[in-house]
Amino acid sequence: MTADNTALSTAAERALIEQYEAASTGDAVKLMREKAIAGFRSRGLPNRRVEEWKYTDLRRGMNEALPIAEMPAAAEAKAAVDTVAGFGDMAGARIVFVNGLYAPELSEISGVEGLTIRSLAATLAKSRPQGLGELAASLTDSALDLNTAFMRDGALIDVAAGAEIEKPVEILHVAAGEPAATYTRHVVRVGEGAKVCFSEVYSGKGHYQTNTAIEFSAAKGAEVSWIKLQNESREAQHLSTLLSRLDGEVGFDHFIFNSGAHLSRTQTFLRFDGEGSRAELRSAMLITEEQHCDVTLVVDHAVPNCESREFCKSVIDGAAKGVFQGRINVFPHAQKTDGRMVSQALFLSESVEMAYKPELEIFADDVQCAHGATSGQIDEDLLFYLRARGIPEAEARTLLVLAFLSEVIEEIGDEQVVETLEERTRTWLGY
Amino acid sequence: MALLEIKNLHTRIAEDGTEILRGVDLTVNAGEVHAIMGPNGSGKSTLSYVLAGKENYEVTEGEVLFNGENILEMGPDERAMAGMFLAFQYPIEIPGVATITFLKAALNSQRKARGLDELPTPDFMKLVREKAKQMNITSDMLKRPLNVGFSGGEKKRSEILQMALLEPTLCVLDETDSGLDIDALKVVSNGVNALRSPERAMIVITHYQRLLDHIVPDIVHVLSAGKIVKTGGPDLALELEKNGYADYIGEAA
Repeated sequence: MTADNTALSTAAERALIEQYEAASTGDAVKLMREKAIAGFRSRGLPNRRVEEWKYTDLRRGMNEALPIAEMPAAAEAKAAVDTVAGFGDMAGARIVFVNGLYAPELSEISGVEGLTIRSLAATLAKSRPQGLGELAASLTDSALDLNTAFMRDGALIDVAAGAEIEKPVEILHVAAGEPAATYTRHVVRVGEGAKVCFSEVYSGKGHYQTNTAIEFSAAKGAEVSWIKLQNESREAQHLSTLLSRLDGEVGFDHFIFNSGAHLSRTQTFLRFDGEGSRAELRSAMLITEEQHCDVTLVVDHAVPNCESREFCKSVIDGAAKGVFQGRINVFPHAQKTDGRMVSQALFLSESVEMAYKPELEIFADDVQCAHGATSGQIDEDLLFYLRARGIPEAEARTLLVLAFLSEVIEEIGDEQVVETLEERTRTWLGY
Repeated sequence: MALLEIKNLHTRIAEDGTEILRGVDLTVNAGEVHAIMGPNGSGKSTLSYVLAGKENYEVTEGEVLFNGENILEMGPDERAMAGMFLAFQYPIEIPGVATITFLKAALNSQRKARGLDELPTPDFMKLVREKAKQMNITSDMLKRPLNVGFSGGEKKRSEILQMALLEPTLCVLDETDSGLDIDALKVVSNGVNALRSPERAMIVITHYQRLLDHIVPDIVHVLSAGKIVKTGGPDLALELEKNGYADYIGEAA
C-alpha cells in the first residue's frame, strides 16, 4: 500500500506510522486498528488549526514517539506500584496496569459479586470484546485514533444489572520509569439499576507518554460516580479520552483531578441517550512551572429532560497554562434540557495563562443553558485576616487555595476521597 | 517597660499618598485599658491596621515598639505571634474555610511559634466549646465557613472568641460595638472584660461612649486629624458624648 504521508510533517508523526507498521499485530481488531491509523495518517497530530485542539497544539508539544512500553521485571513492577498512593485501602477491587500492561499479581479483580473484570489483551487474542469501538466510532480525533491503533491492554469491566458495588473499583496506571509509550483502552459497562464508584489513577516516574481511552456506558437507572486522579510525572505526557453514553434515569458524577504531566489533555465526551438523566462533570487542576493542562468536555443532549453541570476550578502557578473547553450540544427535540458550565481560575503568579472556550449549540427552543467564567488572584484582605491571627503566609495561602477548591472537592461526599485530594493539594503547594 | 510605645507615628495610604496619621504618640502599659475616640476620618481604624501590619499603609516617620521591639518590619502573622490581636471592625468572610478549621490553624500556629506542641483535637474541641459557650456561639456556627452568613452580632462575637482562644497580650478592638444590639453588646463586653488582666492591655476604638459603660477604660484619648489631641480619664468620654468633637476638630487643624 502506498501511503499518503502528506499530512505527516513532523518526526513524531512519521515515527508513529513506522511503529505501527513494525508492530503489525494480527489480533481480532486488526480492521479497527487499520481504520484508525488511516485516520491518523490523513490528519496527523492535532494542532492549532484543528478547532477542538486550538489551545493544545500537540504537533508542537509532542516532538517524539517513544517506543511502546514493555512490562518490567516483577520486582520492579511491584516496587513502582507500591510507591503509588491511590485512594489508600478503600478500593474493593483493583486492576493494575504497569507500563500499560495488566499486572495480575498486583491486582485483585475477583470476589466482588456483580462485578466482572477481564484483561483486554487476553480477550483480544481470541475475539473482539463486546462494546469495544462502539462509542469510539462516533468521534474523529487523532488522540483516540492513536489509542485504537496501538491499544495494548486495558480493563473490560461489567457491572451486573441491579448490583450495588459497595467499595470503589480502582483502575490504577503506573509508569515504571522507562522512556516509553503506553496505550490502554478500557470498556466499562454498568447494568440497569446498578450502583458503582470507580477511581481511575495515573502515576509514574520520569519521561513517558500515556494515551488512554475509555468507552463507558450506563444502562437505565444506574448510579455511577467516577473519580479520575491524574498525577503523572511532571515530565510525562498524558492524553485521555472518555467516551460515555447514558441511558435514561442515570446519575453520573464525574470528577477529574489534574496535577501531573508536562502536557495533559483530558477529553470527556458524554451523550444522553435516555430521558431523565443527570451528569455532573467537575474538575480541579493544579498546575505550575511550564505545565500545560487541557480539560475538554463535550456534552450531547440527544434526548429531552436531562441535566448537565460542568464545573472547572483551576489553580495556576509559575508559567503554566490551563485550558478549559466546554461544549453543550442540544439536539432538536431535546426540550427541557438544563445545561450549565462554570469555569473559575485562581492565578498564583503573573506569568500564567488560562484559555476558556464555552460553546453552546442549541437546536431546541425550550431549554436552559448558561455558562460563566471568572479568574482572579488570592484576595489580599483574606490573606491579611488569616495572617493577623498568626497563621504564617504560606499556610494562609494553602488554606485559601483549599477553600477555593473546596466547592468542587467537597461535593464528592466521600470523606476519605476528600481528605486524600486535600492532602494532595497541600503537597502540591509544598506545605 | 511599656507594653506598647508609639512614637511620632506618621503614615499614609500606599496607593495614593494620602496622609492619615500625623504624629501619633501613645504609651500603653500592661493591665491598662485605653479608649481612643474621635470623629469619622480621624485615623482610628488606620491606627489599628498599622498596628496589625496591613500592607496598604506606609509608615513615613516614627516607630512602634511592642515589648520594646520595633514591629514595623514584622509581618502581620509575626506580630500576632508576638501577642498582638486586632478585632476587626468588619470581620472578613472566608467561604470554604470552616470556622473551626480556621480556629485550629490559628491556635496551633501560635502554639508552634511559642514552642508548644499542637493541641490534640479532643483537647482543642473541649477548649473551643467552652470558650464558644461564653460567647453564645453554637457548634453549628463553628462548622459554618468563617463569618459567611453570620449576622453583625455573630461576627463580632466570633472575633472575641478568637481573642479568648489566642490569649494575646495586646487587644485592639476596632469599633467592636458597631452593628450590635444591646444584648449582643453585653455579651461582647462581658467577653472582653473576662480577658482583662494585669498582663494584658487593650485599646478600644469607638465612636460612642455607650461601649465604655460596659468596658470601662483607664485612659481616654481623642484622635483628630491623625493626632492625639486630648488625653484624660473616663470622664472625658462623658464630656465628648455631651459636647461632640467640635472642640477638638479645630485644635488639630
